[in-house]
Amino acid sequence: MERIIKERSTQVHTIGTSAHDLDCEKKSLAGSVSQRACVFCGSRVVLYPIADALHLIHGPIGCAAYTWDIRGALSSGPQLHRLSFSTDLRERDVVFGGEPKLYTALTELIEAYKPKAAFVYSTCIVGVIGDDVEAVCRKVAAEQKIDVLPVMAEGFKGTKKDGYKAACDALSKLVGTDNNFQAPPFSINILGDFNLAGELWMLKEYYEKIGVNIITCLTGDGRIDEIRQAHKASINVVQCSGSMMHLAKEMEEKYDIPFIKVSYFGIEDMADALYEVAGFFKNEEMLQKAKELVSEEIKTLLPALEPFKEKLQGKKAAIYVGGAFKAISLVKALRLIGMKTVMVGSQTGNKDDYNLLQKLCDKETIIVDDSNPNELSEFVKEKGVDLFIGGVKERPIAYKLGIGFCDHNHERKEALAGFEGMLNFANEVYASVTSPVWKFFKR
Amino acid sequence: MEKIPTLSYIRPFVSTRNACKLCSPLGACIAIKGIEGCVPVIHGSQGCATYIRRYLISHYKEPVDIASSNFSEETTIFGGEANLKIALTNVTNQYQPKAIGVATTCLSETIGEDVASQLSHIRNDSTNSNLPSLFTVSTPSYQGTHLDGFHATVLALVKNFAKKLPSADKINFFPGFVSPSDIRHIKEIVADFDLKTTILPDYSDTLDNPVWDQYYRVPKGGTPISELEKMAEAYASIELGVFTSVKQGGQNGGKEISGASWLESEHSVKNHQCILPIGMNGNDALFDILSKVSGKDIPVKYQMQRGRLLDSYADGHKYIFGKKAVIYGEEDLVLGLCSFLDEIGVEVVLAASGANSGKLQKKIIKHCPEHGKTIQVISDSDFEQINEACNTIKPDFLIGNSKGNYIATNFNIPLIRVGFPIHDRIGGQRITLLGYQGTQKLFDKVVNAMIEYKQNNSPIGYKYM
Ligand code: SF4
Ligand code: SF4
Repeated sequence: MERIIKERSTQVHTIGTSAHDLDCEKKSLAGSVSQRACVFCGSRVVLYPIADALHLIHGPIGCAAYTWDIRGALSSGPQLHRLSFSTDLRERDVVFGGEPKLYTALTELIEAYKPKAAFVYSTCIVGVIGDDVEAVCRKVAAEQKIDVLPVMAEGFKGTKKDGYKAACDALSKLVGTDNNFQAPPFSINILGDFNLAGELWMLKEYYEKIGVNIITCLTGDGRIDEIRQAHKASINVVQCSGSMMHLAKEMEEKYDIPFIKVSYFGIEDMADALYEVAGFFKNEEMLQKAKELVSEEIKTLLPALEPFKEKLQGKKAAIYVGGAFKAISLVKALRLIGMKTVMVGSQTGNKDDYNLLQKLCDKETIIVDDSNPNELSEFVKEKGVDLFIGGVKERPIAYKLGIGFCDHNHERKEALAGFEGMLNFANEVYASVTSPVWKFFKR
Repeated sequence: MEKIPTLSYIRPFVSTRNACKLCSPLGACIAIKGIEGCVPVIHGSQGCATYIRRYLISHYKEPVDIASSNFSEETTIFGGEANLKIALTNVTNQYQPKAIGVATTCLSETIGEDVASQLSHIRNDSTNSNLPSLFTVSTPSYQGTHLDGFHATVLALVKNFAKKLPSADKINFFPGFVSPSDIRHIKEIVADFDLKTTILPDYSDTLDNPVWDQYYRVPKGGTPISELEKMAEAYASIELGVFTSVKQGGQNGGKEISGASWLESEHSVKNHQCILPIGMNGNDALFDILSKVSGKDIPVKYQMQRGRLLDSYADGHKYIFGKKAVIYGEEDLVLGLCSFLDEIGVEVVLAASGANSGKLQKKIIKHCPEHGKTIQVISDSDFEQINEACNTIKPDFLIGNSKGNYIATNFNIPLIRVGFPIHDRIGGQRITLLGYQGTQKLFDKVVNAMIEYKQNNSPIGYKYM
């Protein structure tokens, strides 16, 4: 039985042993049971949290059904994003074309739910039957007098990453459409936070405390009107770089707004995220406030982490998540509570991410791109890990083998960002690793 | 935070809002998982396979490996045979399966892939000599729901594997889309009638495993292919569910058949069909069939279970009489639940399904003698339709899968979780509905939910019954 499919061997690397560089940004191999989804999935997860928009999925029912209210992205106001709308194409539509159905569906939904804008996602089959989605969107937009934004997300046209790009393309049509807005001083946009379990609200509080204004977050707790004003910010602070880089770069070119890459996971990265913004504004008072905030938070956080660290010292972890940037933060955060990462991988990492991971991790650590259940189960067993961090699809691999597991994907229900999040994280890791139930498992 | 928007008036929509159904390849994958040593491959883009995996994992809480032939733009233009070949080779090398089931998707169907002939090319290619048995099922989602995919796969399996052999001392059992624990219970029942039985599909182990000392790439369990091959020699079939026939599926074109009815017409294996045995009436029908087929009286064990169930009907009837229930889900589940609720004096005010066979209403009237005629039935329904209907019908409780949870919250009424998917609780794969025993659990749950509701919403002490 193959441990690793031959064609995939360049996508697995063991630090200090294998000679080759890690291969990445490739399409998944047929038959490899990849943990990845599709272009549509990429665009859907990015745009999902925009809460006052209508999200209509143009295609057969599955694509919509499987993404209904799937993310833990909270809204402080409207909840329209939590409904799942689909044109639910039937045989007749496939044969004669789905445009009339799309037109009617879009019109009736806009009339009934009165959204601020509508996103229309085209899926695989729509690309094949040749519906002119853009034309239908234009027509309805003119009739209903709202923005109707096509998201060209046919699943087969690439990977999840291409879906991120499709989402950014749709967003960039909104950005810059409200010029009447006057931004207050020290205004930023947060890019790539999705307000899972209300994380954004914690970040907002930090930024407010140091005197920074947030015009909009793309797309956590997102609102159409705020997105229109995003071009008035002084800087874009990008967290999930995998998904939002296109937009950050485009806004830099178009509106001269620079961007910085940050992460909100773990103490170090969270503190840096505040310092860098203060540094950008070259504002001493802000920097001072940031330092105070961090030291204030650390003063309570570090002692609170201590008992966890004692219990978790020397335990081994495996990480397999969507984006590699998050994996980097996780390695650091685990280190902070005494744990060692022995395997780390992602669905969509790029060369830079993986190089950074290689520098950060110890010798013998396995680094893997676009893995599958077979490989993952082999790796975690071989390394004898105590904890697996991943998403829903990785969970049963861990549990079947009697290994603790933490969710760290976009469906999680616990806030893990920021200082508070670090404590939640430690708590969850502790509960997962040291639960007495594992005593019944033979390992 | 505002409420999730709902419309307070009912108007027709051509769009589907919060679908009360899933797509066909999902059903196909569940049936394929019920065959020993078999791995599903979904012929289409990566997304469908991953989403379906994710969905199944969330319900069964088990590893569910489903491969994809992973279409790219070129595949979509030039056809998927080359990709399918790579997929089959990789799956074979990685999993060493006994069989691979290939389910199509909307995409591969639309571009007109002829998977059956692709499979025979691939099989005849001498470089692929170690491939296991291969079979395919056509599951375009735009033609039906996950249940059509499920039943189409059952049909494809018998058509592919069942051979003409001399008759043997055996029966076939088609449990339909029920839970792993339901299948286990069925196995117990037929064994107690001393019946030798092939169950198709049997995912009672593969989708509800114990813990492992090592990682099994292909979980143990499932209908052995050697048994599947003998299904044409059985002397009878028992089929649970009356919405098991499928139209799609190549040669048979417009004719509607199920696995069991195909065996009857092609191989003279007498088929005994009944609705999902939930409730007294449903189970009496099943046990009658078992008695007839086995030539044995109902074992004392089940007479006792039946008696206890009846006893509890007396104990609990008061608390549920006249209560209004909304049911939703697959047509067979809805019918089984309707029949059960009808016989215990609960008034079903709405029975909804995302499927659309056109026969649900008629069957409900037939199997619900108390108030079948007044039950509002919606086919091709979605959850928003159900939600909006609840504004006027004001039900006392809902029965169905997890996805109706937000409606129950909206109206502050209990939701009794049964069926698929159960995404927000553990144990979905262990809910038994069938048999006197399964009914007993459900009955207790319904009565207690009503009592708990009363307890929580009234100042009166409620400590003794
Ligand atoms: S394309 Fe068809 S098969 Fe794939 S997820 Fe969508 S509905 Fe299901
Ligand atoms: S049909 Fe295409 S868009 Fe829809 S889930 Fe499948 S791969 Fe993704």
